Amino acid sequence: MKMNNRLKIGIVILTIMVLGSFLLPLFHNADPTKQGTFPKNLPPSLAHVLGTNSLGQDLFWWLVYAVRNSLILGVSVSIFTTLIAGTVGLTAGYIGGGSDRVIMTLTDVIIAIPVFPILIVLATLVRGQTSFLIVSVILIFFGWAWGARRVRSMALSLREREFINVAKFSGSTTLKIVFREVFPYVFAFMVVDFINAILWVINTEAALAVIGLSNVEIPTLGSIVFWALNYNALFIGQYMWIVAPVVATVVLFLGLFLTSTGYNQMYATRRGHS
Amino acid sequence: MALFQYIVGRFVSYFVVLFIGLTITFFLPRLMPSDPIEQYIFELQSQAGQTMSPDEMANLRETLSQIYGLDGSLVSQYLGYLERVILHFDFGPSFASFPAPVIGFIVRALPWTLGLLATTTLIAWTIGNLIGLRAGYHHNSRAATVMEVVGVALYPIPYYIVALVLIMVFGYLLSIFPLTTTIRPGPLTFAKMRVILYNSVLPALSIIVVGLGWNILSMKALSFAHKEEGYVTFARLKGTPSRTIMNSYVGRNSLLPQITGLTLSLGAIFSGALLIEILFSYPGMGLLMRTAASSGDYNMLYGTILVTIFAVATATLVLDLIYPVFDPRIRYR
Repeated sequence: MKMNNRLKIGIVILTIMVLGSFLLPLFHNADPTKQGTFPKNLPPSLAHVLGTNSLGQDLFWWLVYAVRNSLILGVSVSIFTTLIAGTVGLTAGYIGGGSDRVIMTLTDVIIAIPVFPILIVLATLVRGQTSFLIVSVILIFFGWAWGARRVRSMALSLREREFINVAKFSGSTTLKIVFREVFPYVFAFMVVDFINAILWVINTEAALAVIGLSNVEIPTLGSIVFWALNYNALFIGQYMWIVAPVVATVVLFLGLFLTSTGYNQMYATRRGHS
Repeated sequence: MALFQYIVGRFVSYFVVLFIGLTITFFLPRLMPSDPIEQYIFELQSQAGQTMSPDEMANLRETLSQIYGLDGSLVSQYLGYLERVILHFDFGPSFASFPAPVIGFIVRALPWTLGLLATTTLIAWTIGNLIGLRAGYHHNSRAATVMEVVGVALYPIPYYIVALVLIMVFGYLLSIFPLTTTIRPGPLTFAKMRVILYNSVLPALSIIVVGLGWNILSMKALSFAHKEEGYVTFARLKGTPSRTIMNSYVGRNSLLPQITGLTLSLGAIFSGALLIEILFSYPGMGLLMRTAASSGDYNMLYGTILVTIFAVATATLVLDLIYPVFDPRIRYR
């Protein structure tokens, strides 16, 4: 199996981001959110790679923790959404019938409801104590529908294939067919959906944090922007405070997206479609 | 008969979405540990800097629970809520600007959001599909590769990042466009329309840029796949001009999944537009939600979220009902 360029670039970016954000904090045990640790508004230097902001925080370390926390949130929520999407999609697509109709109506409904306003209401109700747990639960609740739709249509088309009939006539049980014959085909789709879900989760939490409605005390890619906007970073000439998280977000998202489309392409080629 | 079944099916799922939306907005606040009335009383007291006598407090509590629709059993509350919202569009009074009804604010804000969304989505979808079709059809040309790179670079970037970059470049560095929206109320004159347009450029551009990426990539993939089909080879062999093949064969067939894709992503686009409005202080539903959230105006919050769900569901229904016009397979099944 030959890796294409997209996948290669994506994996390189992700490896750097993941290793960097998880290993670097081991050599640095100060709290990046603590104010006044360093002199304010320092320009970038060897000691402070990205300089410090007007709260006396080191921007580089804040960013490292932000990437790490966003990734942790994204991956842990996406594990749940992908598992639910896989189970629901396979049930609806392969077993079909009544369960299919009910599940499809449900996914359509969930897709049609905009998540962001619901998160705004929730954040208001818990007033300043928005925990990642609440945000995660809502994201899991609304996040599985897209994946389930895709897995379902994949399973639906597999049901008519010859090798499924062969398995059926040689006496395999439905459960065995689903796991041994259908699942390996659906698996590639689930990997792609898993990565896309990470993108969506990090993005949604960041969007909520940017307007100050997530837990902005914990560094994430959104909360750093929230503080920068809150202290008018652009007006006081603190460009690095905004530019650094913007660049980090774009690079991380490109890495995730290139990995997911690259992986998808690679599997499509292996299956014989180009 | 097939068409009739299709239309009935669409209407059924429309009402299911509305019903679930209504139910979620009813039960969500009641599942939360915090009590909006206690919070409101607490805020009143801290603002006034004095406490009330127990009698006055009890009176206030009773009046507030009536206004919030919180008196009586859960079932009667729910039925009363459904009746008020569905039959009278009554979301109660706003608490931040008591006693003006919430619906008045929503009626003023909604045209802004819908106008911004309809224009930007239409522009992003049309341009994205035109580019995507060409990139997919001439997939070996250099221009196609460039367009694909553009699509890949734009697609994963979140709304707020695009907004920040546009604010930085056009607001601060070049100072061409305003940082936040300032539109004075008044009659809609020609001069005011120019002000509105001038203020809408950056918010609109943010939504278009994000939408373009998705449309280009997905249309390119679709038209590339259709180009390899037998009917296209047949058309080429019988001498159909390449332009006709691209527009009427490949383009026409690739358009159908793109319409479905648009229908399914309306909710996500709406969420993005709300965020953009907040970041640019654009006077639409998003800003209304944000102000309601920071002032603890619960009636306003539930009103805006319900109208948002209603708007997305209705837009989805309209697109679903237009769909058979483009797809004869549904008309003659």
